[in-house]
Amino acid sequence: MLNKEQIAKRIAQELQDGFYVNLGIGIPTLVANYIPDGLDVVLQSENGLLGMGPFPFEGEEDPDLINAGKQTITTIPGSAFFDSAMSFGMIRAGKVHLTVLGAMEVADNGDIANWKIPGKMVKGMGGAMDLVAAAQNIIVAMQHTNPKGESKLLSKCTLPLTGVGCVKKVVTDLGVFNITENGFECIEYAPGVTINEIIAKTAGRLTIAPTVKEIVL
Amino acid sequence: MKKVVSGADEAIQDIPSGAVLMLGGFGLCGIPENCIAALVKKGINNLTCISNNAGVDDFGIGLMLQKKQVKKMISSYVGENAEFERQMLSGELEVELIPQGTLATRCMATAYGMPAVYLLAGYGTEVAEGKEIRNFNGKNYLLENAFNSDFAIVKAWKGDTQGNLIFKDTARNFNPLMAMAGKITIVEVEELVEPGVLDPNFIHVPGIYVHRIFKGLHYEKRIEQRTVRKVSK
Repeated sequence: MLNKEQIAKRIAQELQDGFYVNLGIGIPTLVANYIPDGLDVVLQSENGLLGMGPFPFEGEEDPDLINAGKQTITTIPGSAFFDSAMSFGMIRAGKVHLTVLGAMEVADNGDIANWKIPGKMVKGMGGAMDLVAAAQNIIVAMQHTNPKGESKLLSKCTLPLTGVGCVKKVVTDLGVFNITENGFECIEYAPGVTINEIIAKTAGRLTIAPTVKEIVL
Repeated sequence: MKKVVSGADEAIQDIPSGAVLMLGGFGLCGIPENCIAALVKKGINNLTCISNNAGVDDFGIGLMLQKKQVKKMISSYVGENAEFERQMLSGELEVELIPQGTLATRCMATAYGMPAVYLLAGYGTEVAEGKEIRNFNGKNYLLENAFNSDFAIVKAWKGDTQGNLIFKDTARNFNPLMAMAGKITIVEVEELVEPGVLDPNFIHVPGIYVHRIFKGLHYEKRIEQRTVRKVSK
């Protein structure tokens, strides 16, 4: 099984040289720690920054410089600030190559739900609806099951949707799944996880790729 | 063209109960602290606030929620504001949650004199309910209206007495858009200077959009999520 850091590390393998990338709150944020050496990847923060750097050293925090998760951050040489309309303009216009975000549920047709549990929890969609509607490539990082042990990979989302038919790939603690016409396709499994366990814990349509292999980190 | 006012109390003195306000900021970053404090002190209520967030329980717009001054919030993210979430779930507070880019772009539409725009975000979700949908090049878009607000209240870094504004870092966020979208735009700045001091090449919002401006005092600039890294040696 993968822990959160390892899920992030696996997703970092999807990065390509020259990518502009938006990382959501939670596990996706950790992807920034594993950008492969030699790749020129620029991080976009939807509150108005291209070229997000690491967290500041203690004592160097600037309240005017935060990421979309409201965390204090830094810039890198060559970064740029802009307003929120331009930020979502560049997302909508397809300039951001990859979006990584968390989810409560993903359906086998690529639908995603991650902003609301009616009557219980309402965090709001923030920028997630804009990102999933427009990004070229969307990877979801999440646990395979919820705290009750129920699958989060479903045939149909039960929670209010964030976007329809938009997720391309899901990386969970159990494996890596492409979203295809036939539902989830398991292309890799985590060390120590069996295909049978993945089948048992996946509620949506699932196929196992003939080339399925163990995740290498 | 006298735009400079003495401070927050004067700047907001004619805002009545029931007004529709735009408030700049993202989380607690770049919020108009002085004006919010003055609104809390004035005690007006039944306000509709268009703002990406509603502060935290004891700072920012959260202070106005505590005093039940807000009838309706139009926001994209409730986040970790427990009082906001409580008032929303109990029905005390009317809340319209909209995608963040839609919020920004509806402000932009107002700022640029456009009545509405077609946007992708939210198609197929409950955000699309009741909205006109139109297909362009094979994709479905929602018709989203520009905002009508009575006052825009924003925070800038530097401004001059003509109302020209410059924002700092990610404290820019919604501030320039709302500044440009207000029927009456009120700006608090950290530095207020005479015309000619700011380089015209680096103005983010030209003064034509700004009606009132003052130098804010005692900025707390509270940090919501202080995150640091260790010095590695």
